[in-house]
Amino acid sequence: MTIDLSTIPALDGVEPVRSTKTPLHLDYEYTAGIAQTRFLLGLRDKKLLGQRCPKCHKVYLPPRGACPTDGVPTTDEVELPHTGTVTTFCVVNVPFHGQQMEIPYVSANVLVDGADLPLFGLVQEMPAHEVRMGLRVEAVWKDDDELETSLENIKWWRPTGEPDADPSVYEGQM
Amino acid sequence: MRDVAIVAFSQSKHERRIETQNEIEMMMPVVGELFDRTGLSADTIGFTCSGSTDFLAGQAFSFVTILDAIGPWPPISESHVEMDGAWALYEAWVKLQIGEIDSALVYSYGKSSPGDLPKVLTTQLDPYYVAPMWPDAISIAGLQARALLDSGKATERDFAEVAVRNRRSAMDNPKAQLAGEFNADDILAEPYLASPLRKHDCPPITDGAAAVILAAGDLARELSDRPAWIRGLDHRVDAHALGLRDLTVSPSTRLAGEKAGVGNAPVDFAELHAPFTHQELIIADALGLGDDVTINPSGGALAANPIMAAGLIRLGEAAERITRGDGNRAVAHATSGPCLQQNLVCVLEGDD
Repeated sequence: MTIDLSTIPALDGVEPVRSTKTPLHLDYEYTAGIAQTRFLLGLRDKKLLGQRCPKCHKVYLPPRGACPTDGVPTTDEVELPHTGTVTTFCVVNVPFHGQQMEIPYVSANVLVDGADLPLFGLVQEMPAHEVRMGLRVEAVWKDDDELETSLENIKWWRPTGEPDADPSVYEGQM
Repeated sequence: MRDVAIVAFSQSKHERRIETQNEIEMMMPVVGELFDRTGLSADTIGFTCSGSTDFLAGQAFSFVTILDAIGPWPPISESHVEMDGAWALYEAWVKLQIGEIDSALVYSYGKSSPGDLPKVLTTQLDPYYVAPMWPDAISIAGLQARALLDSGKATERDFAEVAVRNRRSAMDNPKAQLAGEFNADDILAEPYLASPLRKHDCPPITDGAAAVILAAGDLARELSDRPAWIRGLDHRVDAHALGLRDLTVSPSTRLAGEKAGVGNAPVDFAELHAPFTHQELIIADALGLGDDVTINPSGGALAANPIMAAGLIRLGEAAERITRGDGNRAVAHATSGPCLQQNLVCVLEGDD
């Protein structure tokens, strides 16, 4: 069977429609949940609150309320220090729309001391080309009157000047 | 066909707004209850399948994080459908029929409270010719109810009586969100919400979750004293464009019911996924269910309507009643899409 998909003669030479607009705007109220509510409220007080799995004893920061390995609630809250180790990083050299940072700058995964899950953040106060795996860093917080329930309270991480961490500290995070 | 049964069912208490828990925290106790009851775990279950939609959370790939609730490490065999959990059960059932596995976990959840649900549901409509007008889900259902009245097949009093019966049945359902003793006259005296639908003709907006465990053959008999065997399961779809369909009938339900073998023997009771009162009349008619069949002993979706889970709950409720011995042959139905666009029918039987 031959199927003719050519247009009807009346459409000959008519400009094809290439787009149509369907404006779509939906508002959502985010449900942070029990674990993340603790975490976010902690940030407002400049505290890093993780949660420990009762089975595998890993500490999750940020916590989501469940251990993704064991599928059990992470019930033990653990307050962690403001220091950590860069496990991996990226030097951003490419300008893009909406960029707020001056390039080059460094995005990094920071394994907070005592946590088993790295946090994403920026590394500043050091030349981009000197940032490396194992670099010891500390959190630089916003001013107290600007603190919110947001991870943006940590403006960036800066080097502590300590010797680099031994790779064994972060080898399970790569 | 391989003997496959629903051997366990669990659901959350359904509420208008579960404010403190996120989706993982809502799902975890429901799945945990099934693991406890069956002694199965993420390591020993053959396959896991979930049903949910990102549009409720407003978050892309939101279902991936929910896997945290079941402990998916070391990596498990797993899948997801952006549909009601009843269709996730269908996928798991096919895998069981192929014989690759002997057990499956199916779960689904719907937390509608973060968004404006009637508008969120608009996004499932045709994006070129219907959605730009932003008809909400209740108005769309109202079109169907109006068509049914105009056809002479039902009256507004019929709608009200469906509401009265379901809310009364829900009084025996401890998980129900909306239950109580009402009468049709009072309901008919209330104003329209979206004519000809009144508030009582509509489902509540619900946060809730549900899960079932499927098992085959001897494992099913080991896990349950009286497994609810799946003797027929089929799903069919009608046209997406509302204008192409006669909204007063449901050909896809009728066909799925035939393929599942609904009419092959008497039916003791039915759990029908009818979010709106008039839709229960359309589905019961399409399945050929007579007045002797008890419909929605749980109170149905009018008692609690967690989007994406309410269909799976119909299968779970029916199975639980078979296992309990309330009857020996049940029909469970799930729907998806606007105005009953897509329908799944399941026939469940006990061992007499």
